[in-house]
Amino acid sequence: MDELIKYGPALAEGFLVNLELSLICGVLSLIFGTILVAMRVSPVPVLRAAGSTFVNVIRNTPLTLLLAFSALGLSDTLGLAFSDDPTTNAFWLVVLGLSAYTSTFVCEALRSGINTVPMGQAEAARAIGLTFSQTLRMIILPQAFRAVIAPLGSVIIAMVKNTTVAQAAGLLLDVAFVMYETFDTTGVSIPIFIGVVIAFMVVTLPIGWFTGWLAKRLAVVR
Amino acid sequence: MSSGEATVLYDAPGPKARARNMLYTFLASAALLAVIGFIVFKLNDKGQFKGEIWAPFLVGETWTEYLIPGLMGTLTAAALAAVFALLFGSIFGLARLSDHRWIRVPAGIVVDVFRAIPLLLLIFFIWFLMPSLVGGGDFLLFALVAGLTLYNGSVLAEVVRAGVQAVPRGQAEAAYAIGLRKSGVMRRILLPQALTAMMPAVVSQLVVLLKDTALGYIITYVDLLNMGFKILPSVHFGTKLVSALFIGVIYIGLNMLLSWFATWLEKRSRRSRKTSAKPLPKTLDLGNPLGG
Repeated sequence: MDELIKYGPALAEGFLVNLELSLICGVLSLIFGTILVAMRVSPVPVLRAAGSTFVNVIRNTPLTLLLAFSALGLSDTLGLAFSDDPTTNAFWLVVLGLSAYTSTFVCEALRSGINTVPMGQAEAARAIGLTFSQTLRMIILPQAFRAVIAPLGSVIIAMVKNTTVAQAAGLLLDVAFVMYETFDTTGVSIPIFIGVVIAFMVVTLPIGWFTGWLAKRLAVVR
Repeated sequence: MSSGEATVLYDAPGPKARARNMLYTFLASAALLAVIGFIVFKLNDKGQFKGEIWAPFLVGETWTEYLIPGLMGTLTAAALAAVFALLFGSIFGLARLSDHRWIRVPAGIVVDVFRAIPLLLLIFFIWFLMPSLVGGGDFLLFALVAGLTLYNGSVLAEVVRAGVQAVPRGQAEAAYAIGLRKSGVMRRILLPQALTAMMPAVVSQLVVLLKDTALGYIITYVDLLNMGFKILPSVHFGTKLVSALFIGVIYIGLNMLLSWFATWLEKRSRRSRKTSAKPLPKTLDLGNPLGG
């Protein structure tokens, strides 16, 4: 127990980085995922092809490879830099990689949500003269979102857990790295491990409960 | 809506819509070409098309000494973890269905806890825990496989449970009625039908498992990612991007093959008359759809 108290502040600071990453990546991947799904159902073949290529490539690549690639490939070799400060730069590289990765899963969830919307809805929308983008924005996507709130919750929970991989992109701040360093210097500590795991559960369990409750509340009755 | 949703969202285009779609196609192509052009320009600017950094990949040695052993490292970890995870999943999945509360409740707790722990933390913990339990040694592969087994096994346990529950209740009732015992009902009636229903979900989880083996890179286990991203570029300087391309293609190829297999299984099991259970959804909401 002593170790947990001694290293608690450092671990908490690391966990804040995970929370920050989760918040930013959560918002970005919901936005990108929606854009991707709009591309994938659009009447423009080029956009459909671009969307599905992006989704299939990114989704089937290990997140560790994506993050390592954004640091060693994009940043070191190609000179992509968000900031002169290496730590800030690494932070945004993680945001880039994790948001790209998560947005493909958001896109797939939404696509299966679109499949739950009855055909008559789209036909009725067209019959009253709505254009494609109006149909998508006002009729299809709102119902699709409501159908996949629970799966989106699982995607977000997985993303929160995936913030622990941040060190693959050279961000040596997050709680997984702090835990690694502590274990490396003082040896393994069961209280520290349990503490960190509980910290993650305190964040992920309520997300699951909340999205489950919301899914029931907003379920479309058919 | 069925898979034809793309055509239901808009009418067959008339002259105006065709013109508009042409314009959008043109704009989208121009934007895509601009992005690709910019990337190619950047790559060229940094000398990524120079012959000398591509040359190592034409030499057999690069493949036989580095990339193939790396791939073997990845596949070894994935195969071991897959076997153990399937075992773990079957045992705990069935335990969760037990009639005895003292089996059902602990199994449920184990499954829920291991699904909630970020996998990398679990791997770190096992990696540091082992030496203090059994003394020195190389626990890289062990920690990776154990972590993958506990996490994916817990997800598979949920798949097994959902698979058995997907078999209509009448099947078990009929089996009891003709005088089968509890074990016989499970073994002869429920499991064979559940297996067909859950195969797509199991194969999809194996994709997650295969992708997660890349976490071994962080604890310096020598897998495909480590060979391609650390070891190979330290021998052939400057090959990082090219080698990322090659190992990326290998990972994506393997995963897409498995995903297609899962989709094929799903279609087949939907047509199958060997089971009365509907196939489980491939990914959604059975634990986590994505891993590291």
